[in-house]
Amino acid sequence: MGIGIRIEELCKVYDTPPPSAARGAGFSFSPVKSAKSGPKKKFEIVALDSVSFEIRAGEIFGLLGPNGAGKSTTIGILTTRTRPTSGRAFIGEHDIWREQVTAKRLLGVVPQRPNLDFALTAREILVFHGAYFGQSSREREQHADELLDKFKLTDRANHMVRTFSGGMMQRLSIARAMMHNPEILFLDEPSAGLDPQTRLLLWELIRDYNRLGKTIVLTTHYMDEADTLCERLAIIDHGRIIAQGSPKELKSSIPGGYLLRLRFDRAPDELVGALRQLPGVTEVRTTDHVAVDVYASAGGPLIGPIVSSANALGSELHDVHIAEPSLETLFLHHTGRSLRD
Amino acid sequence: MNWKTFYALLARDGHVARRNLMPMLLQNLLQPLLFTFVFGRIMTTSGLMPERYKSLLLPGVMAISMVMAGVQGVAMPLIAEFQFTREIEDRLLAPIGTAWLAVAKIVTGMVQATIAGLVVIPAAWLLMGSGLKLNFGQPLQFAVVCLLVALFSAAGGLALGCSVGQTQIGLMFSLVLAPMMMFGCAYYPWSSLSAFPILQVAVLANPLVYASEGLRGALAPQFPHIDPLLVIAALVAIDGLLLFAGLKKFQSKAVS
Repeated sequence: MGIGIRIEELCKVYDTPPPSAARGAGFSFSPVKSAKSGPKKKFEIVALDSVSFEIRAGEIFGLLGPNGAGKSTTIGILTTRTRPTSGRAFIGEHDIWREQVTAKRLLGVVPQRPNLDFALTAREILVFHGAYFGQSSREREQHADELLDKFKLTDRANHMVRTFSGGMMQRLSIARAMMHNPEILFLDEPSAGLDPQTRLLLWELIRDYNRLGKTIVLTTHYMDEADTLCERLAIIDHGRIIAQGSPKELKSSIPGGYLLRLRFDRAPDELVGALRQLPGVTEVRTTDHVAVDVYASAGGPLIGPIVSSANALGSELHDVHIAEPSLETLFLHHTGRSLRD
Repeated sequence: MNWKTFYALLARDGHVARRNLMPMLLQNLLQPLLFTFVFGRIMTTSGLMPERYKSLLLPGVMAISMVMAGVQGVAMPLIAEFQFTREIEDRLLAPIGTAWLAVAKIVTGMVQATIAGLVVIPAAWLLMGSGLKLNFGQPLQFAVVCLLVALFSAAGGLALGCSVGQTQIGLMFSLVLAPMMMFGCAYYPWSSLSAFPILQVAVLANPLVYASEGLRGALAPQFPHIDPLLVIAALVAIDGLLLFAGLKKFQSKAVS
C-alpha cells in the first residue's frame, strides 16, 4: 500500500527566469554569474544543489524552508513539470522524467496558487479531470458529487470558478487533485492565505487522505504546520537540504533546546566567555558583539545569572527573547537566520 | 498513445468552444462580413466596383475568416492559459505526453476554422445579393485546400499563442495580423500585384496569400490565381513548418 519517492542528487539550474506562478516568490534566489562563459552575461539561478532524500510510502512528508529555498522546484521536478538539470527522481520504481505518463497517473498536485480552468464550472472541472484519467462517465459523475459534498461546494457546483473566493478555489484544487485517487498527493504551501479555521479543516482533510494509505508531500514555511502534520521533514535552504528527520528528532538535535536571543549595549569577549560558563548553557554565538544567541537547557531561570554576569562586566542587557525548542530555532541554528527573513 | 485522455482533452476544448460559440462567431465573422457588405454590396451596387468583384472577394474573405478563427480559437485561449495563473497546468498533468495537448488544441482549432470558413459562403451570399458566381466543380481540390488552410490557421495559432505574452496581444494584432491580411491577396488576386514587382515577390512570404489564392482557384477559377498544385505544395510546407515550430514552442513553455 502506498508508494514512496526517492531523489538522487537532484540539481536544477534555471537559465531563464522560472515562471512565477509555479515557482514561488523566489525572493532569496541568488543569481550566480558563471565565471568563464565569455562576453555574454548568462542568466543562471541555482535552485537545487544536489538534493537527495527519500519519502517513505504512506507518510506525511514536509519540505520546510523560506521563500525561494527550492521547495517548489523540488515539487515541480517530482510532478514532471520541471526538467531536472541533473540527478534522478523515482516514484516507486519509475523514473519520473523518463516515465512521465506512468508518474502522472500516480500523483495528484495542489499548486501554490489555484490554477483552476476558468472556462469551466466547479463540477465540470472535476468531471473533466476524471475524464483525463480515463474514468467512465458514471464513475466520474459520482466521484465528483462525493468530493463536492465533502468539500462543501455542492451549492456552487454549477457556477463558473472565476466567481469563487480564494478559500473555495483552494478547496476545489484539493478536490481536483483527489479526483483520480492518486497514490501520492503533493500540496505546495497548502495553507498560504487561508484563515485559521479553514487551515484546521485542510489539515483534517490531509490526514483523512493519508489514513487511506496514501503518501502526502507538502511544502510549507509554517513551523506549526510542519510540526503538527508531518511525520518526517526535510529542511531546505538555498537549494540544499540542511537537516532531515522527524520533527521530534530534529528538535532534539538543537544543542540545549532553548534559544535565548539577547541584546546588550555591548558584549565583549569576556561576557561571552562568562555566559558560556553558566549552568545548562551549551553554545553561545555572537557576530557583532551586541546580539548574542545562547543555546541552553533552560529558558527563564537563566535570565537572573545572565543579568548578574553582564552587570559584573559593566554591560547592560537591552532585550531578551526566549524561544522554546522548535523548528524555528532549529532553522536558526542551521542557517543563522530566521525562516521569515 | 492514450486515446481516452486525448478524447477527453478534445471534449473539454469542444465544450468550451460550444459555450463561447456566439461570441466566437461574432469575433471572427463580423469584420469579414462588414467588409463583404461594404465592398461586395455597397461599392458594387453604386457602380464604384464591377459586379464581378463579389466573386473575387468571397474566397479571400473566407481565407481571412478561417485564419482569424485559428487565432481566436487556439492562440488567444493558449495565451490566457499560459499566463500567470497557469490554467493549463491541470491538463499538462493528464496522463499523456504533453505534446498531445498541443495536438488536441490543433484539432479543435481546425474544426473551428473550417466552420468559420464554411459559414462565410451562405452569409456572404445573403449580404452580397445577386451576381455572385461560385464554382463547386472541384470538390476534392476545395476540400484539400480547406483542410490545409484550417491546419495552417490552427498551427499558426499554436505558434503565435506560445510566442506572445498577455501584454503583447495588441501588438500581435497590429504588427502580425493586420499586415498579413492587407498583403494576403484576400481583396485582390496575386497577379494584380504585377505592377509592384518587389511587393509581388515579398508577399509570397505571407502564408495567407496561398490560402486566398488556393480558395480562389477552387471557388472562383474564372479569375487569375496561382497554380493550385503550387498552392497546395506551399501550404503543405507552411503547415509543416508552423506545426514543428508550434509544438517546439509549446513544449518549452509547458516544462520549465
